[in-house]
Amino acid sequence: MVAQNIFFYVIAAVMVAAAVVVVTNRNVVRAALALIVVFAGVAAQYILLAAEFVATTQVLVYIGAIMVLMLFGIMLTRARIGQDPEMTNERWWVGLITALLLAGVMGYALIDHFGSDPLPEDRRLVAVGGSNTATVSDAIFSQYLIPFEVISVLLLSALVGAIVIARKDR
Amino acid sequence: MRSLVLAIELAWWQQTVLRTIGVLAAVLLPAGTLVYVFLFKMMSFMQSRLGPMEAGPYGSMQLLAEVGKWIQKEDIIPWRADRKLFAMAPYIVVMTVFLTYVGVPFGPDAWFADLDVGIFYILAVSSISVLGILIAGWSSANKYSLLGGLRAAGQLIAYELPMVLAVVGVVIQAETLNLQGIVAAQHEGAIFGWDGIGNPFILTQFVGFLIFLVALQAELTQTPFDMPVAESELVSGYMTEYSGMRFLLFFIAEFASAGAFAAVAATLFLGGWALPGVDLDADYMNVLGPIVLLAKIMLVAFLVFWVRFTYPRFREDQLQQLAWKVLIPLSLVNILATMALKVAY
Repeated sequence: MVAQNIFFYVIAAVMVAAAVVVVTNRNVVRAALALIVVFAGVAAQYILLAAEFVATTQVLVYIGAIMVLMLFGIMLTRARIGQDPEMTNERWWVGLITALLLAGVMGYALIDHFGSDPLPEDRRLVAVGGSNTATVSDAIFSQYLIPFEVISVLLLSALVGAIVIARKDR
Repeated sequence: MRSLVLAIELAWWQQTVLRTIGVLAAVLLPAGTLVYVFLFKMMSFMQSRLGPMEAGPYGSMQLLAEVGKWIQKEDIIPWRADRKLFAMAPYIVVMTVFLTYVGVPFGPDAWFADLDVGIFYILAVSSISVLGILIAGWSSANKYSLLGGLRAAGQLIAYELPMVLAVVGVVIQAETLNLQGIVAAQHEGAIFGWDGIGNPFILTQFVGFLIFLVALQAELTQTPFDMPVAESELVSGYMTEYSGMRFLLFFIAEFASAGAFAAVAATLFLGGWALPGVDLDADYMNVLGPIVLLAKIMLVAFLVFWVRFTYPRFREDQLQQLAWKVLIPLSLVNILATMALKVAY
């Protein structure tokens, strides 16, 4: 457990440093790249928890798709090389309060639920055929089927909404 | 033999060193072979010329000469460029190719990492290479580079979807994401009860194989999908400002990723390192397997480069239409048909 603990703090420190760069860097592309480091850190934490399917999904969705789309959008519109003085929003303190509140709520929920329980020694889920991935898919498509489908509908409506906003002939 | 080899106990760091050397060999050897056999020789023969003939017997040392030339060249970074990111970009692209090879199995015990999520991992890490290309295009501070990077990103996003959806059919048939499991499923499968050659998924997933090949061509930005580097319009796209060693890295990444994706296609659709009639657990497959897989890599890569040297470039709108209006609906139909047949049989 000691090795996992050490690596958790190493990765967490890298993530926090990168997150600070995201909000303080005055170059929008570099800020986006620092955000990628944060996402990669999340994936690494999942791997420490032996959740390789979730970690892979994190890489595929957040780094491979969302960040690429975000960079694509930034470069299509405004992407100067060098410092951009207009990068810091005037109302940055609102964001700070929101972030602090969110951290407080999530931290409280985690501590309230888990307390000081140690992580189980063997964190592989081997309920279905000895495979982590099969266990995850089994859970999604039986126990959590309705939330899963609701999220699909939510994404679909977001997609339709994006098209409605983007179309010109209104 | 098995007891002799497996009796050697290696420490974790020794295994890691050996695996690192193994991945280096697995990345560079197929890449060099592809460049010599296809880019130098096959393209020349298709154009009624001999290609390189001077360096070594039949020009076989030409690649080493080229590498030596590139390494000697001055490393130029444009004055207005974002220096750190400019220097970093080629390494991101090369790294993703290395990570892709990590997931590919070469034999029953000859693998770098036998991942539970197998093919899903490969698709995930291969999608990172776009980031390197985007960064290269942006940090060069050159409008041609930026346009090339944007084109590459638009193209790779569009063709990633049909590629993933084409793989889903195979995964449904094999009932696993693990690549060793997919190889075993093809080896032990049967075609309507006849198990003479197993069931390579190219037969039952032929539509998926075609979609995968087209998406592969686009992901590798090989002609007819080479708008990101279109010489006649963009000089050399995102690679325009790169020279010397860094250009060499892009060049290696291009052909190494062709080899990597060909290996993935061979594993998914052509039976991987297995051959019909062999014993999957036999020790000799650890030696024979990599050779079989290399032969299948050459076969798939031959198709890719054959198309590359034959067809002219698409227009940008044709490219997007092909992806969104033809390939994605087709692959969705393929998934539905596979699901229906899987449930029925």
